[in-house]
Order: sequence, then structure tokens, then C-alpha cells
Amino acid sequence: MRYFSGVDVGSTQTKCVIIDERREIVARALIDTGANIIRAGDRGFAAALDAATISRESVVCVAGTGYGRFKVSFGDLQITEITCHAKGACLLFPGTTTVIDMGGQDAKAISVHNGEVADFVMNDKCAAGTGRFLSTAAEALDLQLDEIGEISLRARNPVRLSTVCTVFVESDIMSYVAQGKKIEDILGGIHSAIAARTIALARRVGLKPEYTFTGGVSRNVGMVNMLEEKLGHHLNVCADSHYMGAIGAALFAREHAQAALAG
Amino acid sequence: MADLQYQGHLHTLQKELMAEYYASLTASAEGSGVPAAYLLIGGNPVELLRAFDILPVFPEVNALQLAVRKQSLPHIQAAEFMGYSSDNCAYVKADIGMYFAGRKTPFATIPEPTLLLCNYVGCNVYLDWFGHLSEYTGRPAFQLDIPFIRTRSGTPSRDDIVYVLRQLERLVELCEEITGKRLDWDRLREAVRLSSETGALWSKIKHLTKSAPAPYDAYFDSVTMMAPLYCLRGTPQGLRFFETAYAELAEKAAAGVGPLETERFRYVIEGPPPWPHLRTFRDMFSRWNAVAVASTYSTVGGLWEFGFVHDPDHPLESIARHLLEWNLTNRNFLQRYAQIERYLEEWNASALVIHSVKSCRLFSAGQGDMREYFTNRGIPTLLVESDLEDPRYFSEAQMRNRIDAFFESVGHRTAVQGAGS
Repeated sequence: MRYFSGVDVGSTQTKCVIIDERREIVARALIDTGANIIRAGDRGFAAALDAATISRESVVCVAGTGYGRFKVSFGDLQITEITCHAKGACLLFPGTTTVIDMGGQDAKAISVHNGEVADFVMNDKCAAGTGRFLSTAAEALDLQLDEIGEISLRARNPVRLSTVCTVFVESDIMSYVAQGKKIEDILGGIHSAIAARTIALARRVGLKPEYTFTGGVSRNVGMVNMLEEKLGHHLNVCADSHYMGAIGAALFAREHAQAALAG
Repeated sequence: MADLQYQGHLHTLQKELMAEYYASLTASAEGSGVPAAYLLIGGNPVELLRAFDILPVFPEVNALQLAVRKQSLPHIQAAEFMGYSSDNCAYVKADIGMYFAGRKTPFATIPEPTLLLCNYVGCNVYLDWFGHLSEYTGRPAFQLDIPFIRTRSGTPSRDDIVYVLRQLERLVELCEEITGKRLDWDRLREAVRLSSETGALWSKIKHLTKSAPAPYDAYFDSVTMMAPLYCLRGTPQGLRFFETAYAELAEKAAAGVGPLETERFRYVIEGPPPWPHLRTFRDMFSRWNAVAVASTYSTVGGLWEFGFVHDPDHPLESIARHLLEWNLTNRNFLQRYAQIERYLEEWNASALVIHSVKSCRLFSAGQGDMREYFTNRGIPTLLVESDLEDPRYFSEAQMRNRIDAFFESVGHRTAVQGAGS
């Protein structure tokens, strides 16, 4: 059996996926990127090989994606995560028209036509709407990143944030804590503000259902809920949404290998 | 990718002639007695200065030269230390910082101004820039109040032309006062004649990129020709440069030689370059075999390719028309859209890249709408942002990611269209 891999070296986490010839996912790996990007790619790939219990030689093609894509030294090709998220989303949810990707330091909206990127927009030099914003908020409230989404669902009177700046949100949060606001209402306000900002970003490529939510923040049930509420529409999201860039890269690796074989 | 970026005779000549120009600035700074006028690129009326033997000095050109040589940041920081805001135009800050650092640059010592000629008032920051320089130097500032183009047709009214003409006449009086010489109309007509021939050649050069492959990159290579267009226009040396450039580039066009081995994408680009990271930025396009076949930035000093010609028989009026009508910065957004549309169509380009600069909100405001305008018309359009002078606003990873994703997408679209045709 021949295998293909996508290695998505993101700013915060590195995701690696291995697929087979039928495009079935046979292994996933998720590690923190850390300061050594080259090593992150290596470690992610090694972890995925372990999970798949296959040899390095059986992976015939590897595609690198994410900010560290050029540092995937063993990669055969490099493709941006924008193109890869669209590709992955269209495999798992073939009706996808708009991809909303919220990663560690990026928020993106990608408009998809016939399975390919038609247009995209990204946040610029501002971490609002990214995982980093949410982790800052979690830290300020002394909570784990994994639990804030769930807690935000209990909000009854969400606060209104005066800023979506990742730096200044801390003082905003502290001010609400001092006023005695409930944690869930503060988190409800945070999720609401970020969802609104992300939708405003997505509006620039046109808000067309079907929506697929990808990236690490797609694991946050509070954000899924808030985006759905504000969009008035269901979001496609699944356990593999976090790996969507790596899945897309693996699909490109497969196509690349097949083209090489045919050519 | 083989490095085939064009370095022909025109580049050698440009370096030689610009070195002579900068030597004349240094000589003036060191007491040659030749007066110097600071002026702005937008519709620059250099011909009038030539008639009085006044050296034109472009603070914008000096600032960008500092940026290209990676010398801008200390000057920007010095100006910020003086109190200029971090949000202020970095051209202004680099220039002010350089002024207080003794006007010494790696390319010239910039002379003190005899006259500060603010010929572009569309930018209130520029008005203040020359106002501040006037305060620092104690030299007079003359504000040429050029009305924006307000008509859909893009043609100024007769009243607008007369309004500018009257101001030019007052400027002539001021130059007479400063130099102690009466205006020599024959010299003015000669400078305008030289500009007329130079402009015609520049126009022909701009049209050469309609060839496929384009013989040069209309953004990254045009900037080599823009300095002579401003600093040397209206002189025999300026004309000689453009004769050489046209001959060389026309030969390349005829031979089917472009700046890259392969021309895969033809695109139009809007906005000034990120001067502190010019090479890095260029490489981001070159690796995709993408060639700019037209650029709006190369028309900030004048829009010759769409029909403007200086008229030696009506020298002041043609200078007025240049200031009013025939430079990008004085044009309204509908005209800017129309200009890009012409480039896309007549220069056969398939994509638009907008490089928005933080320094210049006047020029960048509305570029989000511009992106939408062209996207809605089916033109793949990318909007990226950094700065023209301040190296701190260029995020290489973010920029590369956007440009790579854009050409991945355009490449796919082109492939699909090709398969369908």
C-alpha cells in the first residue's frame, strides 16, 4: 500500500496526517510547534508514522503546508494552508462553499468554487479572532483553553467587550471580573465579539453557505455555537476539522504522486 | 529560478546619470551657489525650475533611496523621538530625521532648500511636511493649490486651469525674486520641449509591456526609470536616458525576451513598493513567474501613456494640465478604476495585486473597495499591506503566504479556463 502525507507546520501547533490511496485517513499527529520549526515537522511526521505503524518508505509523497511549509525538509512540495484547508474541507464536506479557519495566529475566510480557492481574506497584523486571543482570555480568567467554550454556552447576559485587541482584552476582562460579572457572561461576550469580527472578515469574500469551520478553534464548542447563531446557519465541523490543512496537503501529495506516476 | 532580472545598459546609464544628479545636489549643499527647490512627485513642474537653473530636489525620492539602502529606520525613529507619531507618513519622518542628521545620505548631501514648492496639496500630511521644513529651514514655502479632479469625465474645468495658471504666474514671480533673474521663456519652452519628447518615449516604453512576454517588469523595472523621469526630465540627459531605454526595451520586445525565463502570469499592480524590502518582494512574484505588465505607481508623477504630451507652445498651461489632470495622485477613484481596467484589458493581464501602504492613508483609503470592485468583476484580486518606507511593517511570512495562495488560486483558475476553452 502506498501512503501520502500532509504536514501542516502552524504557528502554534503542527499537524500531520497520513492517507492511503483511497483517501482514507490512516493516522493523525498533533504536537506543539515550539521554537524549532524544522524539528516540529520531523516530530509531527514521526508521530504520525508511529500512529499508522508504517515505515517512512511507504509514504511516497509528503506535502508541507502552514507557515513552516518551507521548513519541512523532507517535503516533496509546498502549498499554502489556504489552498490546503479548502481542499481538505471539500473532501470531508463536498458541499463546502465558504471555509472559516481560525488557527493559532490566523483567522481566514476562503471562498470555494468547484473545490478550489476562488478568493480569500486573512486577518492582518492583529490577533483578534484567533486562537491566541482566546488563550489570552483563558489565561486572564485562570482557565484552560479547552474549557472556555463549554463555559461560554452558559452565558445568559454576555458582556460587551470594548476591544478585540489581544493585548487590551486582559484589562477589559479584569474590569468585568472586578464588577462581579459571571465568568460565563464574560466568556459569552468574548466569543460573541470574536465571532462577529470573524464574520465581518468572511463577509469580504461573500457569506455563502455551506460553511465549513476548520483550524484549532473549531474544537471550541462555544465558538461553533456563536458563529452558527450569528450566521443563522449550520457550520460543518468534525473531529478532523483541526487537521484540515494537513488533510488537504496529504490530498495534494497524493495527486502529485499520481501525476508523477502518470507523467 | 535563474536570476534573469534585467540589468542592461539602461541600468548602467541610470546609475551614471543619477550619480551626476546627486553630485549636483552635494555640490549645491557644499556651496556651489546653485539654488535648490524641494518639490513633490505628483505632477511635478520641474520644467519651470529648469528655466531658472534651480535644482529640483525630491524629498520622496531621497526617502525611498534611504529605504532601499536600509537606512530609513534610524531617521524614522529620530523623527518619532522628536514627537512625530508612529502613524505619521514614514517618508516624512525619514526626511525630517535625515534633515536633522545633517542631510547626509549614502548617495548625496542634500542641500538646504532655497524654496519649498509644495506642488501637491491633496495630502494634508504633505502640506504639513513642507510647512515644517519651512519652519526648520526658515525658507519660504509656496503651496500650489491644485484642485482634485471632481468630474466623472476626468477633465478639469477651464476655471481650474486658470486658477492653477494664476498660481504658476505667482510662482514665476517668486522664482524671479529668489534667483534675481527674469523668466527666460525660450528656456522654459526648451525644457517643456525636452519633457514632451521624454514623455512620448516613456509612453512608448509603457506600451511595450503589451507584448508577451513583457520585455520588462512594469513595476519592479519601472522604478529604475522613474527617478530619471522626475529628477532629469526637461534636460538633454533625461531625454538621452529615455532614448536609450526605449531602444533597448523595444529590442527585447521584438526578440521576445522578458525579465524572467518564463512568463506564466501577467498581472497589474496598484500601490507603491515596499522599498525597504524591494528585492524580497520582487522574488515573491518571480518565483511564480509572475510579471507586472502595468503598474499604477509608475504614473504618480505623470500619466503619459494615456495621451498626455507637454506643449512647448503653451508651456505654463501644459504644466498646469500635468498638475491637474495627468498624474495619478490628483485623480478620483472612478478614474483609478478605469485606469486599472484599461491595463487589465489592453495589456492582457489576468489578475490585480494591490499593495496598500500604512504611511499613505490618502492613497490607500478605498483600496478595500477597489479589491471588491474588481473581485466582483471576476478579476482575481489580492490586497496585501505593508509600508513604503518603514521596514517594521513588512511581515515576510504573512506576505509570502498571501502571494503564494493567490497565485495557487489564479493558477488553478487559469488551468480550468484553459481546459474549458
